[in-house]
Amino acid sequence: MPGLVHVSTTINGNPTDFLCEPRQSLLEVLRDVLGMTGTKEGCNDGNCGACTVVFDGRIVTSCLVLGVEAQDKEITTIEGVATPEGLHPVQQAFLENAALQCGICTPGFIVATKALLDREPDADEGRIRHWLAGNLCRCTGYDKIVRAVLDAEDKMKA
Amino acid sequence: MASNIVLSEVEYNVVGKRHLRPDGVDKVTGRAQYGADVQLTGLLQGKVLRSPHAHALIKSIDTSAAETFPGVHAVVTAADLPFASLSREELGGEYQRLKLASNHVLASDKALFKGHPIAAVAAESQHVAEEAARLIRVEYEVLPPAMTVRQAMESDAPLLHEDLFTSELGELSDKPSNVASHMAFETGDLDEGLKQADVVLEREFETASVHQGYIEPHNSTAFCNTDGQLNIWCSTQGPFVVRTSVADILRHPVSRVKVTPMEIGGGFGGKITAYLEPIAALLSRKSGRPVKVLMTRTEVFEASGPAPGTWMKVKLGVTSEGKITAADIFLAFEAGAFPGSPVMQGAACALACYDVPNARINGYDVVVNKPKTAAYRAPGSPQAAFAVESVIDEICEQMGMDPVEFRLRNASREGVRRVEGPIFRRIGLVECLEAARNHDHYKAPLEGPNRGRGVAAGFWFNRGFQSAVNISVNPDGTVNLIEGSVDIGGSRASIAQQAAETLGIAYEDVKPTVVDTDSIGYTMVTGGSRTTFATGWAAIEAAEDVKTQMVERAARIWDTPVEDVQYIDGVLSHKSDPELRMTFRELARQLLGTGGGITGASNVDPTGEGNGFGVHIVDVEVDPDTGKTTILRYTAVQDAGKAIHPSYVEGQMQGGVVQGIGWALNEEYFFNDQGQMMNSSFLDYRMPTALDLPMIDTVIVEVANPGHPYGVRGVGEVPIVPPLAAIGSAISHAVGRRIDRLPANPGAVLEALS
Amino acid sequence: MEAIEFTTPKTIDEAVQAMASKGDRARALAGGTDLLVQLRGGRRSADLVVDLKEVPELNEISYSPGSGLTIGAATPCYRLYANADVAANYPGLVDSASLIGSIQIQGRASFGGNLCNSAPSADAIPPMIALGAVANIIGPSGSRQVPVEDFCTGPGRNVLEPGELLVSINIPAPAANSGANYLRFIPRNEMDIAVAGVGSAVVLDASGQNFVSARIALASVAPTPVFCKAAGDSLAGKAVSDEAIEEAARLAMEDAKPITDMRGTIRQRIHLVGVLTRRTLNNAIKRARGEE
Repeated sequence: MPGLVHVSTTINGNPTDFLCEPRQSLLEVLRDVLGMTGTKEGCNDGNCGACTVVFDGRIVTSCLVLGVEAQDKEITTIEGVATPEGLHPVQQAFLENAALQCGICTPGFIVATKALLDREPDADEGRIRHWLAGNLCRCTGYDKIVRAVLDAEDKMKA
Repeated sequence: MASNIVLSEVEYNVVGKRHLRPDGVDKVTGRAQYGADVQLTGLLQGKVLRSPHAHALIKSIDTSAAETFPGVHAVVTAADLPFASLSREELGGEYQRLKLASNHVLASDKALFKGHPIAAVAAESQHVAEEAARLIRVEYEVLPPAMTVRQAMESDAPLLHEDLFTSELGELSDKPSNVASHMAFETGDLDEGLKQADVVLEREFETASVHQGYIEPHNSTAFCNTDGQLNIWCSTQGPFVVRTSVADILRHPVSRVKVTPMEIGGGFGGKITAYLEPIAALLSRKSGRPVKVLMTRTEVFEASGPAPGTWMKVKLGVTSEGKITAADIFLAFEAGAFPGSPVMQGAACALACYDVPNARINGYDVVVNKPKTAAYRAPGSPQAAFAVESVIDEICEQMGMDPVEFRLRNASREGVRRVEGPIFRRIGLVECLEAARNHDHYKAPLEGPNRGRGVAAGFWFNRGFQSAVNISVNPDGTVNLIEGSVDIGGSRASIAQQAAETLGIAYEDVKPTVVDTDSIGYTMVTGGSRTTFATGWAAIEAAEDVKTQMVERAARIWDTPVEDVQYIDGVLSHKSDPELRMTFRELARQLLGTGGGITGASNVDPTGEGNGFGVHIVDVEVDPDTGKTTILRYTAVQDAGKAIHPSYVEGQMQGGVVQGIGWALNEEYFFNDQGQMMNSSFLDYRMPTALDLPMIDTVIVEVANPGHPYGVRGVGEVPIVPPLAAIGSAISHAVGRRIDRLPANPGAVLEALS
Repeated sequence: MEAIEFTTPKTIDEAVQAMASKGDRARALAGGTDLLVQLRGGRRSADLVVDLKEVPELNEISYSPGSGLTIGAATPCYRLYANADVAANYPGLVDSASLIGSIQIQGRASFGGNLCNSAPSADAIPPMIALGAVANIIGPSGSRQVPVEDFCTGPGRNVLEPGELLVSINIPAPAANSGANYLRFIPRNEMDIAVAGVGSAVVLDASGQNFVSARIALASVAPTPVFCKAAGDSLAGKAVSDEAIEEAARLAMEDAKPITDMRGTIRQRIHLVGVLTRRTLNNAIKRARGEE
């Protein structure tokens, strides 16, 4: 492999080091180098949101970030959402509200939703639909996803 | 405002309840293993080189530079397919079929659509494989393409296949043609029916090619070992279909092909064809290493799917009382580069909602230089319904009749014979229409300028086909349920519920697992709204088998004749001795000491149809300055027979509706003059986002299917059928011009307005 | 994607050196939302990617009523709409920043990158032109300033010479009684490329009834973003009226020279320029009057 670069970063709270080619995206690094396959690829050009991760506090599509850009950053992926005690309320709400069918978009939706509710715990339906417009789902028609997000708001306040 | 209503006829203990899906935790935590997640020792990455031309002769392929590129382990072309080295004599009657199948996998002498696979490379990494694929030199002679049915049906159209002859009502034509087949259904006396009509309206329609749009791209990993064992891990709706296709195209013994279906990220009919599996297998055979091949999103658009673009004509005759007396329908569907559009299904569905005494339907399957069409949710039915329901809507408008009332007057019901032959058993269309008429949405007035309301009905067959299920009893009183149906949207739950109900045990005590093709009997695809119906039926039969064996075991333990033991609600008891009583769990604990474990098994092939119907209501508002349509309110009513898991039934309805909204408003394959798709990305293909939609209200009607133990009809297909026509009609009412072409995107509506 | 090298300069000097070291084979990386897609698809190629996100001057937003707003070229969209000064003084920029791509894209994509990518459809450029923005460029031979309306020279092409960098964009402080708005037309409600886009900025007199000046710019209707000087100038000195706005819309439509493609037709796009010019002018007037 020509010119591998050493990158030190933090993923889901864990200091992590990896080697990658500069041309590899963060998505490729997560999936192929680190074996963290929870983050999904749907389009590889930033238009479906399946690869959404939190990158220094903002959600981004990890297909449009280079792995080498992760140096000294804080990254949260779907693997970092649940705790040893159990599911995050957003995950529990998606499960209970049947907000997933095939499930391929689900990790991206959950990461994006958690980022929204961490900032705006009272987001209304319109705001939820706006925030999630970058996450495509082809199975559900979004109805049950929006309901799940509203339910997660209640769960997080309880 | 948003509401989900369930109109139940029968209550059960487990069936009909909203349980958590067994695979849910894995899927909300990112643990579920999809096809692209497969990792194997020594895994190589594959890349397919595809034709940049829609129609071209392949003069030569030079792979030498790719073969010697550092990191490359194998390069394959059509010359590596068995078909290349088999003679016409050896293949006999198989020749033409295998030729088409092989050429679809890898083009040999001709590229028939942009994206047609030409060659493939296996290398150490995805990037290296891509770089090497770019080094393959292909010399083309570019030919003019035929891109639409109208164009391809012209007598001087470019011919895709020199040896394709029209199957003209069963007889082969003597001149090659792009028309692969012409089929027809006829009933009654069309001319007489038209004479009886007071109003006759004829209209012409066109719809664009659209894609299924699953979020997970196609993927396939194959490993062909030195002993000839070929293992495949992939994203498919039909692992047994993949097994058959791969064995057929690679001339490999079917028993030496094992297909493991990974979790699947959507399919909607588009993940049945084996596009990548034979290529991955060839690359593995040549390299001796496991090879994973992934499609990019552009490849998904350009080389999988789509649903056919169409050209349709509908003539309806109606009496002044609103009774349909005659229907004359012409359907021409794009097959894509190889024959096989769903025009037959479209023809059979076109009039299924109505009792039409005199009808003639002509269907044409036409090859064009686009990717070979694949099934897409109720294949053929949405387009046909767009044409027929739009004409009905216009007739209602002309006659001043309520569109639901009109449909009730003509609705199919038990005993009505469809144009293509079958006679309906008990069906629920009338109940759906009544539920729509009674719905708050339909009763609410629609006020304001530039707004319109549309109503449409839709039908799908919901046929059964083969399924297998095994159920083993665990010592703790739970059971393992083994099935071959890929779970694409909650079917593990709906099948486990039927097993639990039958066994009289808790839902949580049934643990369903989807397994590979070596580990369960033949099971047809997850598709056609058959899974909860047919695999559910297999689960019921396997559970009955378990019950029978449990009764026998109890009889043996109690040393009493089998006839004296009964099994009621998960409890085994002696019919006359109240002392002899065991729960399922108590008996399960004793199995290993009393004759060994118990496994129930079933293979079913239900032949009846579930026959699903839906009725949709939609309100839209059109911006007269821009032509843009906003969906204000949407209600879908559907007869599910019995909703085993109402949440997932609603989910199917909502998802189907939204795919239909995309189809009606914005989605389309956009080609340039050379037949190259220009919008092969999610950015420009424009599927609906969360921000484009309201909540989708649902009403589940339950008119039990007499052909299923719990009354299941199947639900997935029907909800995509009515939206095209309902939305087209709603826009027509909003703008005062009929919509006869889809998509009705802002530009098209603006043109209609000007 | 072909192999690349990657570097993260910490100062403008280092960045300029890095860019100059590879000439036209070096590409500047800000949010990467265009560049990575283009490199992957083979529409652009590069030997060296220079990440600008560690250079302080390229990542700052500063505002003063005297010198106006300076946006570092690599500053992502979300920082614009999250900035109180921008939100208070430049709602026309916020319009753009909050509709580019998705929330995810807005976490990365920058106005500077949008300008340097020089797509005809760029949503950030018309409001910058309307607000009289100036691009600050630095290169091996020093720095220079270019009005944003003169920056783009063709689809994907601009005035930057090999080795040159866009450092920042300066936008004058808003005049009294001024307002701006950007609207684009897309078939969906988000996640689309503009079929047509219009940015308008107006300055009214103290009564709010007369135009002092106006600037109008278009997206997606020519090989570059279009500054409609005549349309804006036609409003100067006129009373605010439907007729005046209609005339400006007509002049803007004359400046539109679109093509027909998968996103829209010539006829549709010219028509939309009229619709959006009217709508953005009316919205800008409302903002200038403090009605919104």
